[in-house]
Amino acid sequence: MTFFQMTKTVLKSLFSRPATLMYPVKPAKKTKATRGHVKIDPTKCITCRICQRKCPTQAICVDVKEKTWEIDQMRCVVCAICVDTCPTKSLTMDNQYRPAMTARGGLEKFTVAGPKKKEPVAADAAKPAKE
Amino acid sequence: MSKQITIPFGPQHPVLPEPLHLDLVLEDEKVVDVIPTIGYVHRGLEKLVEKREYTEYVFIAERICGICSHIHGQTYVQGIEQIMGLEIPERAQYLRTIWSEYSRLHSHLLWLGLFADSMGFESVFMNSWRLREHILDDLEATTGGRVIQGVCKVGGVRRDIAPEKLDEMVKGLKGIEHELQALTNVFLHDSSIQHRLKGIGVLSNDDAYYLGAVGPTARGSGVAIDLRETGYAAYGKINFKPVVEYDGDCYARCAVRAKEMFTSIDIIEQCAKKIPDGPVDMKVTGAPDGEFLARAEQPRGEVIHYIKGNGKKNLVRHRVRTPTFTNIPPLVTLLKGCDLADVPVIVLSIDPCIGCAER
Repeated sequence: MTFFQMTKTVLKSLFSRPATLMYPVKPAKKTKATRGHVKIDPTKCITCRICQRKCPTQAICVDVKEKTWEIDQMRCVVCAICVDTCPTKSLTMDNQYRPAMTARGGLEKFTVAGPKKKEPVAADAAKPAKE
Repeated sequence: MSKQITIPFGPQHPVLPEPLHLDLVLEDEKVVDVIPTIGYVHRGLEKLVEKREYTEYVFIAERICGICSHIHGQTYVQGIEQIMGLEIPERAQYLRTIWSEYSRLHSHLLWLGLFADSMGFESVFMNSWRLREHILDDLEATTGGRVIQGVCKVGGVRRDIAPEKLDEMVKGLKGIEHELQALTNVFLHDSSIQHRLKGIGVLSNDDAYYLGAVGPTARGSGVAIDLRETGYAAYGKINFKPVVEYDGDCYARCAVRAKEMFTSIDIIEQCAKKIPDGPVDMKVTGAPDGEFLARAEQPRGEVIHYIKGNGKKNLVRHRVRTPTFTNIPPLVTLLKGCDLADVPVIVLSIDPCIGCAER
């Protein structure tokens, strides 16, 4: 009995495809919902810094003055809280895993559009003129 | 009386990828005393609660353990919800239950594989991990993460499962049930495995109770403690019986886990039938003010999250008592008097998760 059961398993394993994938040569299995890595659409970002405040690992750094959005991909734990809270939907979750790294780094910096309304800038420009 | 020698076991050892260190005091081949040491992977996650908002801390609470991650997150949010007096939507409760049971399935399959590996039965190890992949695929498709699901949030869950997907999941589980049955048969009826496990590392009923064993370690010794019976999440509306074995040896603990997989499948099936429609989350305002001791049943046993807030965004105190931590005193009792060659099997039979125990 046990012998035949074993034969069944052996034959099945012998003639079926491997259960493993040759990752990274072949792409990993992924679904629509898979959290791979965070992507940003720089034209939509208004540097509100909500993602920076919400990030549990402090992977995101937004510079309002320089209008840059920086993410440390090695710190990011892909929880997607930034994607959920982004008010302009500039952040999205890609379902591809980020490729493995062979050197130190992981910092990705983007120059973003910044706030849409130019009024504060105009007010600042107007102030010295009044004086 | 022969001379005593001390053998260090771990923190790096071939049987389990967990940094557990034991000093085994031997007399000939018999273990007479054991001195456990932990503290190799302490990360200070509990202290972080003062630095992060209580809503973001869920993700850190999940990362306490890499296997029972969902249940850690769930217990934490349950505690917060109890302090704030939130009544979360019923659908969210059911979804949490489904994902908890999926976590249990994947944890038990992982453990069965590792356990077989510790006995030198490598083909069963491969087979149970192949089956586990099916569970992980379902988890990834519904939550977005394979082992760190990240779906719990204060006030509900972050994702919904479509009814068609739910049916598909149940069908998938039914499809692999006969394979699970075949795997369980190997563990329960194979003569070489029985020879390796029966009568080894016996924990008596009294010891299990008084040393505070939890989870399958306790249930393997006839102590019928299953926190799911308290009816948190949607367990109160589900019919199930905790699996209890009475021998208290490695075989009994293995049998409890093997049989619990079928209980889990049954619970998921019942949930899929009973799950109501409706929203999956609710709006949460304010901050927790008060304290609460949240308990839940993990694959390894009972976990306790103590949470204390003072009405601000950051909590004051968070303390976790994980099942492995409580299972170390029973482990010391189990190891006394056993042979050196049986130590790996006995250590693995309590399903140690040192990453959990040290946070």
